[in-house]
Amino acid sequence: MLRETILLALREIRRNLMRSSLTILGIVIGVAAVITMVTLGRGATAKVTSDITKLGTNLLQIRPGQHRHGPGGTHSTGDRFKEDDADAIAREISGLLAVAPMASQTTQAIYGNENWATSVIGSTRGYLQVRNWQLENGRQFTDSELRGGKGVCILGATVRKELFGGQNPLGNTIRLEKLSCQVIGVLESKGQSSFGTDQDDFVLIPLRTLQRRIAGNIDVSRIYVSAEDGISTKKVEQDIGRLMRERRRIAMGEEDDFHVRDMQELVSTMTGTTRVLTGLLGAVAAVSLLVGGIGIMNIMLVSVTERTREIGIRLAIGALERDVLMQFLVEAVVLSSFGGLIGIILGVVAAAIGARVLAVPFVFDPGIIAIAFLFSAAVGVIFGYFPARQAGQLDPIEALRHE
Amino acid sequence: MMKTTFSTQTSKHSLIELQSVTKVYGTGSAAMQALRGIDLQIDQGEFAAVMGPSGSGKSTCMNILGCLDTPSGGAYLFEGVNVAKLSRDQRALLRRNYLGFVFQGFNLLNRTSALENVELPLVYRGILADEREESALRALEAVGLKGWESHTPGELSGGQQQRVAIARAIVTDPKVLLADEPTGNLDSARSREIMEMLAAFNREYGITIVLVTHDADMAAYAKRIIRFLDGIIDSEEENGEML
Repeated sequence: MLRETILLALREIRRNLMRSSLTILGIVIGVAAVITMVTLGRGATAKVTSDITKLGTNLLQIRPGQHRHGPGGTHSTGDRFKEDDADAIAREISGLLAVAPMASQTTQAIYGNENWATSVIGSTRGYLQVRNWQLENGRQFTDSELRGGKGVCILGATVRKELFGGQNPLGNTIRLEKLSCQVIGVLESKGQSSFGTDQDDFVLIPLRTLQRRIAGNIDVSRIYVSAEDGISTKKVEQDIGRLMRERRRIAMGEEDDFHVRDMQELVSTMTGTTRVLTGLLGAVAAVSLLVGGIGIMNIMLVSVTERTREIGIRLAIGALERDVLMQFLVEAVVLSSFGGLIGIILGVVAAAIGARVLAVPFVFDPGIIAIAFLFSAAVGVIFGYFPARQAGQLDPIEALRHE
Repeated sequence: MMKTTFSTQTSKHSLIELQSVTKVYGTGSAAMQALRGIDLQIDQGEFAAVMGPSGSGKSTCMNILGCLDTPSGGAYLFEGVNVAKLSRDQRALLRRNYLGFVFQGFNLLNRTSALENVELPLVYRGILADEREESALRALEAVGLKGWESHTPGELSGGQQQRVAIARAIVTDPKVLLADEPTGNLDSARSREIMEMLAAFNREYGITIVLVTHDADMAAYAKRIIRFLDGIIDSEEENGEML
């Protein structure tokens, strides 16, 4: 009987093809919008997550001073770190993969006639590891280069491109202000971060080289620490906090004059934000689904009026109220499900194109597609019920007399 | 379930029995008494014509006989079961299983083939597609429309449309065929064809027929004529003799 009813509904829909297509347009647009928004939102979340992961996994950042956000927030400065703070962390905290003290300056990098304003970062071998950089070519700093503050450098992909173009930079000497240094390595490109900055635009030199030959001090502006897999970054954060309070002689009850920041926290904050945005966009799109449902109800009411005589005939012949109700309800559900299917196809295509244009990954989620389909069918049930009930409750005598 | 209730008591009761049936439309001062007390018995195998001028209550009576409407007072016993006490759905089941309708305006589904129109009552009886088509084809053949199965009502003449409607009414083997002015929209030659066909079904298959008409020529095909006037039965005649 249900099969019969579905076939009947399909025939009725085919008969009014133009009207049926226009009726489902609302659902099509609604479903397509929901799928596009949610898929792109998921893609953006995935991109943010992977970008932050590229910064280094299990990464902690220790900076002097305290940041306090919100109203009345202050920004106190604490004493700068020194290289032996990093050594102490490496020595006394367990479960660490690498420790990298770093300082940086903006400067001009010059090679031949080429001239590029970039930032120069002074750090140790741990830097590549904590920040998740891979050498594309060349080698790391040696111990003697680090200890002696030698003039050697590793180039980020942007700097290499600006100074050397297609040439191989290895072995050549570039100038950073008064310092000339030999290129010993080139890094793989990471591209733009989700904050829109070029991550590849820097030159890496040994920390001591930067301190002595460019900055003229022995300060370390921040220390990066990466924890081993399976080690809680929370625990490492506490251990470092305790160690630094001790080294900086902060009395009980006094506030830290440094700040340990967990990148994992940043990941969850950022993905949390995009997730909320995705939900919001999805909700706005869902409103159009509702509007589509009202369109279906409208047309079903018209259809019931138009087919009053048919309903009268069916009732006279022995159709029960629920037979007629089911006929119209199934018709509404078939209509809206069709709309849902077309909307899903359109939405997936639009999301795939959108993902390419916005350079976010295309995250295909069968779950959201199932939900969108069920939702569109549910719209048919909800908005089809009222017209269908009206049809079933018609008085057969009146309905037969209807012209 | 319903079936057993209705079919077990055939011997004891008339097929159709109206006991002082009244029907009032509207309430208070606007009330209109369409039927003022009808007593009527129709037995299995009868061919009865209900006649009367418009407003005499014959259509109202027909709607009540067809279980489309319920009496305001009195009792309508169909095989001994009081229809006035049945729910809307129970009356629909009674129509589905025991009654066949032929209307003045044919009332076929437009843009639907003759075959499917005839199959329609069988769909609601839950009969499977193959068996349904077989029965419908047989019914169409019985009304002389073999070869016209795939035509839609729009492609058929009035007489053919009414024959499709008759096929639809008899396809379920009903106990009673109720025909409300079946020839009202047809010319006299077509009308006679239709009436002869109904008379033949009554004669050969023993289908009980109740016909409503205001045309004496058509009523003449019936064995019994019941005349309505102002909501009561004015006179009855059987085989041409006044009772």
